[in-house]
Amino acid sequence: MAVLKQEGVDTIFGFPGGVVIDIFDELSRTDIQYILVRHEQGAIHAADGYARAKKRVGVCLVTSGPGATNTVSGIASAYMDSIPVVVLTGQVPTALIGNDAFQEVDIVGITRPCTKHNYLVKRTEDLARVLREAFHIARSGRPGPVLVDLPKDVTQGKARYKPLPQPDIPSYSPTYKPNTKQLQRAVTLIKGAKRPVVFSGGGVILSGGSNELTKFAKKLHAPVTASLMGLGSFPGTDPLWLGMLGMHGTYRANMAIGACDLLIGIGVRFDDRVTGRVETFAPNAKIIHVDIDPTSISKNIPVTVPIVGDCKTSLRELNRILVREKVKFTKRARKPWLDKIQNWKDTTPLKYEQKNIIKPQYVVEKLYELTNGKAIITTEVGQNQMWTAQYYHFDRPHCFITSGGLGCMGFGFPAAIGAQVACPDRLVVDVAGDGSIQMNIQELATAVQYKLPVKVVILNNRYLGMVRQWQELFYGKRYTATDMKHAPDFAKLAESYGALGLKATKPREVEAVLKQGLDSPGPAFMDFWVAREEGVYPMVPAGAAITEMLLA
Amino acid sequence: MQKHTISLLVDNEPGVLSRVAGLFSGRGFNIESLCVAETLDPSVSRITLVTRGDDAVAEQIKKHLNKLINVIKLYDLTGTEYVDREMALIKVKAKAEHRPEILRIVDIFRCKVVDVSPSHYTIEVTGTAEKLSAILGLLRPVGIKEIARTGAIALAREKKLRGR
Ligand SMILES: Cc1ncc(C[n+]2csc(CCOP(=O)(O)OP(=O)(O)O)c2C)c(N)n1
Ligand SMILES: [Mg+2]
Repeated sequence: MAVLKQEGVDTIFGFPGGVVIDIFDELSRTDIQYILVRHEQGAIHAADGYARAKKRVGVCLVTSGPGATNTVSGIASAYMDSIPVVVLTGQVPTALIGNDAFQEVDIVGITRPCTKHNYLVKRTEDLARVLREAFHIARSGRPGPVLVDLPKDVTQGKARYKPLPQPDIPSYSPTYKPNTKQLQRAVTLIKGAKRPVVFSGGGVILSGGSNELTKFAKKLHAPVTASLMGLGSFPGTDPLWLGMLGMHGTYRANMAIGACDLLIGIGVRFDDRVTGRVETFAPNAKIIHVDIDPTSISKNIPVTVPIVGDCKTSLRELNRILVREKVKFTKRARKPWLDKIQNWKDTTPLKYEQKNIIKPQYVVEKLYELTNGKAIITTEVGQNQMWTAQYYHFDRPHCFITSGGLGCMGFGFPAAIGAQVACPDRLVVDVAGDGSIQMNIQELATAVQYKLPVKVVILNNRYLGMVRQWQELFYGKRYTATDMKHAPDFAKLAESYGALGLKATKPREVEAVLKQGLDSPGPAFMDFWVAREEGVYPMVPAGAAITEMLLA
Repeated sequence: MQKHTISLLVDNEPGVLSRVAGLFSGRGFNIESLCVAETLDPSVSRITLVTRGDDAVAEQIKKHLNKLINVIKLYDLTGTEYVDREMALIKVKAKAEHRPEILRIVDIFRCKVVDVSPSHYTIEVTGTAEKLSAILGLLRPVGIKEIARTGAIALAREKKLRGR
């Protein structure tokens, strides 16, 4: 407990069980608040949402066996998105480990490939040091989840606590400072580029480097795109903003990648959803890639100038060199390139038609308007996630919280709960699909119990819409296993939990329902019956070049 | 597909080997051989592993290994001066008419007969992978019953004194 305090932990998301009663008991004697979720997956996603909104390490505490295995999807999601969380799992007493004891599972073995690191603590004397290391590893370098498995006898034991210094792990020292020579090479490329594009990712947000990125792009007067994880790292309303890149990126962003002569990727990992067919990605461009994780560099895409370092530090250094060498591009100098982009934007913008059935895009646009773009938005996975990414414009970092790398349905609602705990004064909205919301819907009870006024906007197409879209396009419209007509009445369900439940079936009801839901003091479910077979466009079919988009 | 011999110093803790092996299986890299044992410092083990891949793959493998928290130091011996050795125990049929031939081979390759039974010899051989393959080739016609073979272990050579 003393270590948790020293690490600045104020909240733990958890669910108890036999082997962690001691820890919960001890917890009740501290001022650390615990949030009792209704499913362990909810605890880990909530810790993740908390970490992202608060820029701190999120903590969750669960019991051994099934409690531990229930967190695995959430750990994998946090791992893919590099989110700092510490997962404390109970374990059977050390003497029973390996005996197939009741509720024993080798969670360290199970999570080895989806944690940044993990520990089994065997002696009470080691507990403090291991916990300190766990927090240190989770938040430093490329952040990630760290799991600490705690056998019952270890947590029941007593050890004298003396505050430990910052852990020193000789075999672990992430590179923060970029190499000066590489920076200089990058600047040389920047000076010569006629059609540069800045491509920003989650790493920029994690490093707290959004301001530096914005400055950098402005100096270059270069257009900026971002991965799903990078949304908010550059203002989504800036004229230099291209929109998101990739499978459901904007036409102009994807075309700009095809045409650019210099691509500057910062805190990105060139995921396949971004690159499309790799051989055809940015075919005319030299590539500069900044990332703190050397394994991300030249993993999928060969780069011209690799820069291993913290995104914020690297951007700051780059900006300093640009100032020193008086490199500054004006709007005039960039006119031919920006005109070309404007032309793509004018001819092929994001579009939809709102007729007599509610369009999901319309709901997201209205949500954007009514919240002035200032809400913390989480999403579930699928079409709902992509429409949010396309139609809600994020001007600031840490406001868009989504399971990007793993694409884990059921993430958004508990993550919203975590974000709401982290930021009690902010409006937090989960944009959900009717399928995903049912995966962690039990957390309604958590939201109601702790008076967390989380809002859930369900884009209810009564389909596993994203999968249905693939079936429509590539499987001859055979909608096997994607029809979700059998679902609860979400408004009534919310009411039965003691939350507000609203429903809109006509376009003219959308605004009123949103207003009523957003203005209500407590948690609210808003169920929007949207056009069932609406698709997300543009779409790059799997395996195609990102410039080969289906437009409708 | 070049062969890469990588030598790792790792924390001597449970689970470390599984982290290394898991990395290879999880990321689709292949391990040709792997040897582990404690070093002089009982808290540190040395893993020698041999893998195959082009330069880009080898680079990724090394970066991923380095990223493991328990990896203290990594040396890629490929392209440097190093000594490597493998060992095999070979159990061959020892019919009377073949015995002189077997013993001659043992002699030429400087191996040892470490176990003798009325019908079999067990031979211990140490050397490079090529030497092991050669002796196996020669013994095959005599009849090999079974073998146990280690992977490679390797150490970098110290710089030689020059100019003498
Ligand atoms: C846990 C999990 N299972 C399956 C999938 C595969 N999947 C991706 S999107 C999707 C459909 C989601 O449906 P819904 O939540 O209704 O969202 P929509 O696409 O309709 O907006 C599915 C099944 C997933 N991403 N996560
Ligand atoms: Mg749906």
